[in-house]
Amino acid sequence: MERKKTDHMAYLPDMDVIDSDMMEQVLRQMNDYDYEQYTSASVQAALRKDSLSVEDFAAMLSPAAEAHLEEMARRARAETARFFGNSITMFTPLYIANYCENHCVYCGFNCFNKIKRGKLTMEEIETELRTIAATGLQEVLILTGECRGASGPEYIGHAVRLANQYFSTVGIEIYPLNVEEYRYIQSCGADFVSVYQETYDTDRYDEMHPMGTKRIYPYRFYAQERAILGGMRGVAFGALLGLGNFRKDAYAAGLHASLLQKKYPHAEIAFSFPRLRPYINNAKNNPNDVGERQLLQTMLAYRLFMPFAGITISTRERAGFRDNVIGLAATKISAGVSVGVGGHGEEAKGDEQFDISDPRSVDDVRSAIARRGMQPVFTDYVRV
Amino acid sequence: MNDMLMIGGVSFCSRFILGSGKFSLEDTKKVIENAGVEMATLALRRANVGGEENILDYMPEGITLLPNTSGARTAEEAVRIARLARSLGCGDFVKIEVIHDSKYLMPDNYETVKATETLAKEGFIVMPYVYPDLVTARALRDAGAAAVMPLGAPIGSNKGLLTRDFVQILIDEIDLPIIVDAGIGRPSQACEAMEMGVDAIMANTAIATAGDVALVAKAFRLAIESGRAAYLAGLGRVLEQNAEASSPLTGFLEE
Repeated sequence: MERKKTDHMAYLPDMDVIDSDMMEQVLRQMNDYDYEQYTSASVQAALRKDSLSVEDFAAMLSPAAEAHLEEMARRARAETARFFGNSITMFTPLYIANYCENHCVYCGFNCFNKIKRGKLTMEEIETELRTIAATGLQEVLILTGECRGASGPEYIGHAVRLANQYFSTVGIEIYPLNVEEYRYIQSCGADFVSVYQETYDTDRYDEMHPMGTKRIYPYRFYAQERAILGGMRGVAFGALLGLGNFRKDAYAAGLHASLLQKKYPHAEIAFSFPRLRPYINNAKNNPNDVGERQLLQTMLAYRLFMPFAGITISTRERAGFRDNVIGLAATKISAGVSVGVGGHGEEAKGDEQFDISDPRSVDDVRSAIARRGMQPVFTDYVRV
Repeated sequence: MNDMLMIGGVSFCSRFILGSGKFSLEDTKKVIENAGVEMATLALRRANVGGEENILDYMPEGITLLPNTSGARTAEEAVRIARLARSLGCGDFVKIEVIHDSKYLMPDNYETVKATETLAKEGFIVMPYVYPDLVTARALRDAGAAAVMPLGAPIGSNKGLLTRDFVQILIDEIDLPIIVDAGIGRPSQACEAMEMGVDAIMANTAIATAGDVALVAKAFRLAIESGRAAYLAGLGRVLEQNAEASSPLTGFLEE
């Protein structure tokens, strides 16, 4: 007998509900978004404008814009230079735990996958941090699986405290928290939060997240806003491109970020563009939905729509792609990446979430940036 | 001719202040040399003392550092960044940047006045970056600012002196150096601002995004010197619209 699923649009007890209608706005506009209606002429008209409206952004993400990638790239490069000069910020992620209570059908960490689970002790975390710091990096992103039981906010807070001793910039990419929990993590030393909606399509979200707290769509949607209310300085948005219709998802994520920035003008906005790559459970998915061309189109559309936003390029992409999008649209790149639990100082304690395509060290990535005439930046934030 | 720029009791021959955050560190030295600058900004958030790619390691000897408080969203944060800069040995100069807007990067004039007040009392030579507003500029002067740095156009836009008339009011009313800080994209725009009587120009994006950063740095230096000379000389009168009447309108007066 099939177990009855909970309502993925209803909050669970203990989840903060904040006063906001951003989700309704995003869903309404995403559902109305008909990317087939745009023509070459609408794309060109948008490209002639000084600053792009939401409607222009919609045109940039349309199939019609694919024929204008070169023009988009030229303008994107100029916008990136205008806001970021030729600086490229470097960082690395550190996975401290991979326990997970969710069953996201596309994810290597999902709770039914027979993978090696692990959680680093504080001593092990410190060893990892020290090893990463020795490469010269000054920015670290702390990640966990989504499991409050095994890796609760307090555990993450302790890890952030340690990270703060070695790094000028600490971010977190963990499960969504309540406002006061974000405030606590911020007080420990992290100022930047990444939460990806995976897909903004509520039906697809329902299918992809059959159980676990991650199933609750609105709680995830409002994570960035709760993070800002909790005192975080910057928030990152994104969708796992290819999970749903990537044009609609990309449109929704951009709209989501722009509405948040309008409501909280001081919030620093960033994007990341993971796309589906081989996972243990990929048989039912279609990872070929988003090719490099579409991925680039998406990145360029974001750069043109929100020229001030940071864009991170993932190690899921190959070195040649990554090296070419820095300065064009991307402003931040990871290096010396291990996506297993730990694995910088000692052998990884748990298995990887996904396969990476760019295993280069910090030194190699730094040289690649410099070879392109750009400036590798190790620190771009002072916490006072 | 002894035409020095005086800021907080320190004199400078050059009227070109270089922003350093947007070009490659290894270009710093040759840009500074070609631009003939004596003062360069330094974003404290980029200082990586003892670490990799530390901007402080690339600043030539003898250059006056102008640490800025970029990243500060409030007066309080700007004050803390300024103190940190001084403790790192960057000197007493500080450029206050308080920005509470991630999209347009518009300076927050109100918080900037508050930070200026605190830091001037602590002996800093305070150079605040503001939207050109006379009321704010008076408050900055009263708070002890050593200069006022109005923006010419949105930062990074290279659009030139869009705020021309408001900058002119500051030149006319505020007895402090007026330094145009953002938006200058071409040497000709820098020259025009200097002709008006602006005391100095700061630029970064215009140089960082040029094809040859060292050559454009030189072009800016020449333009700024030229504009200054024109200002000192007093520009020839340019007649606008209708030519003047040939017979005087006041010729009827008997005495």
